[in-house]
Amino acid sequence: MNQDIHIPALARVEGEGALTIRVKDGEINEILLNIYEPPRFFEGFLHGRYFQDVPDITARICGICPVAYQMSSVQALEAAMQVTISPELRQLRQLLYCAEYIESHALHIYLLQAPDLVKQESAISLAAEAPDLVKKALRLKKAGNELLKIIGGRSVHPVNACVGGFYRWPDEAAIHALVPELEWARQASIDTVTWAATLDYPDFEQDYEFVALNRVEEYAIYDGDILSSKGKRISPVDFEKNYIETHVERSNALHSHTLKNSTYFVGPLARFNLNYKKLRNMAREAASSIRLKPPLRNPYKGLLARAVELVHVCDLAIELANAYHPQGPSHVEFTVQPGEGWGVSEAPRGLLYHRYVVDEQGLVRFARITPPTAQNFAQMEADLWALAPSVVTQPQEEASLAFEHLLRSYDPCISCATHFLKLNIERV
Amino acid sequence: MSKPTLAVYKFSSCDGCQLSILNLEDELLDLVGVVEVAYFLEARRQTLPGPYDIALVEGSVTTPHEAERIQEIRKQAKILVAIGACATSGGIQALRNFTRVEDLAMAVYEHPEYLQTLPKSTPIAENVKVDYELWGCPVNKYQLVEVIQAFIQKRRPNLPTHSICLDCKRRGIVCVIVAHGLACLGPGTRTGCGVLCPANGRGCYGCFGPAPNEDMKTVLAALAPVERYPGEVRGLLTNISNYAPAFRQAAELLPTRSNQTPGGQK
Repeated sequence: MNQDIHIPALARVEGEGALTIRVKDGEINEILLNIYEPPRFFEGFLHGRYFQDVPDITARICGICPVAYQMSSVQALEAAMQVTISPELRQLRQLLYCAEYIESHALHIYLLQAPDLVKQESAISLAAEAPDLVKKALRLKKAGNELLKIIGGRSVHPVNACVGGFYRWPDEAAIHALVPELEWARQASIDTVTWAATLDYPDFEQDYEFVALNRVEEYAIYDGDILSSKGKRISPVDFEKNYIETHVERSNALHSHTLKNSTYFVGPLARFNLNYKKLRNMAREAASSIRLKPPLRNPYKGLLARAVELVHVCDLAIELANAYHPQGPSHVEFTVQPGEGWGVSEAPRGLLYHRYVVDEQGLVRFARITPPTAQNFAQMEADLWALAPSVVTQPQEEASLAFEHLLRSYDPCISCATHFLKLNIERV
Repeated sequence: MSKPTLAVYKFSSCDGCQLSILNLEDELLDLVGVVEVAYFLEARRQTLPGPYDIALVEGSVTTPHEAERIQEIRKQAKILVAIGACATSGGIQALRNFTRVEDLAMAVYEHPEYLQTLPKSTPIAENVKVDYELWGCPVNKYQLVEVIQAFIQKRRPNLPTHSICLDCKRRGIVCVIVAHGLACLGPGTRTGCGVLCPANGRGCYGCFGPAPNEDMKTVLAALAPVERYPGEVRGLLTNISNYAPAFRQAAELLPTRSNQTPGGQK
């Protein structure tokens, strides 16, 4: 039978792309993840900009994780101009990052991926069946967004972070007043872990190379060295020498590989596997309560890792919020000087790398940004190949859902990597 | 009476304005009670066939495919609302309009020949008739609610257009230009954000676009003495809403420097 199957949209992801699966005589001939999200030329736009414009511009790469872009870029620019910030400013940046994790993880767990696991097409249809669950999800998400608002002015593209620190110390009383809601959010996150463990995940495991930031003393989010599950530890300065981006036809995103041309996996699963021991006690206890420990090699169970991370970031946010007593200047004064700098942080979706060259006037002469989803694309394609034989024999709707769920479990941010994910199964 | 249908579309953008709908945490479940969310890929898999009563369009037109797609969306929509800086002004992506897109492609991509992109990033209204424009990067989510509410109540939405400067005066926020000598685009920028930047001790960078009827020449004259580095004010104008006519024309009055143009870094 000759049959072209055309399914026009993968929903509940950020950005647009297409998936084509060509089947001939029952064998899979070709799998193409086609990213046709329009190319956006951020690195080129940054050329010639004053360094202080950079965190405002790079935030616009992604409406879901603008803080990640701001944090990687301010660190890279501070490194370029040899600026050191105070521990208090670092803690406030960590608190801002916690807020983005709460908002982004709650969105992905409940609104983007969970509908696949509970056989719903969306959180909107789920709300008709389980209104209390969806209300809880929205309240959790809101807790993160409220914290973003207090620190950054607004949740999407906050305005307060700058090279050197923050334009202004956020209101101390407002941060302390949010602690009870963060305590509620921490309990809701523990409940999320328990609930997520009751869901039925597809049975699919692969032998991945995980890559994430690592720090000796804490679960790395804001900064760290780059660690691979194959044992290799490198400084951010050496990232481009070890992880290579290539431009493939069919895609407006760049795809990354290791030096040995193999795929690798960044994101919550990588962080959980590499840094499990550094999770805060309450998050580790939540993981133990559902018998979750590394190695976790099922991409669908990235949701469980995200839920455990939610407990971690809520707990950390409470500590940082309670300890917040601003004093002194909210940003360090420094003299503009030419230089090159590297900045890496863990966006909710994984490792985010920035490198800039700044001239003596503080103008950007070179910019390089490697977003997490670009690093995961090659791995996503490899997973599709592994999954496809068991799926293409299924009826069209089931097959489509299975592929879509796999891709959604990665929480791809296609807007970041360069919308409309389209699945074509062509049976020749 | 059946519920009005809502469709949400993405063009070249960061997803932030669509996310603003999902960020209506307190209102979202009420909203889906009064409108039928017929097409909203970021939120749901199920799609209902058009035509739709309200189409919200995020993003600018930057590819040949998008230029065709917006025509189809217009045909399917009773009212079409452009949401956010990209859809109303061309957004940050319109920085390409002042340079050669080939140079930008060379700077980012190894094989620019694989790309399909237009030389300009254009607002939706440059492509099709738009009924309402909601400015902002991101859009103010309560303005989104206002447009939907107004449609249901069969009235025109109330969308203020005065400048940020006026909001600062009303709220008693000390002027950052006068008191701190900071370059602030507030006198020329449309209201809507809630005075975020001056309230955070920095100058407005114009992400809600130009306020209609403000004299940009007066704004430029007020800002010239407070520039901290050459080209600072031009940088504010050539930022998020750079292709909005009032900002574009004001930027043209200021000198350009060859070392401040976007483009080839390879």
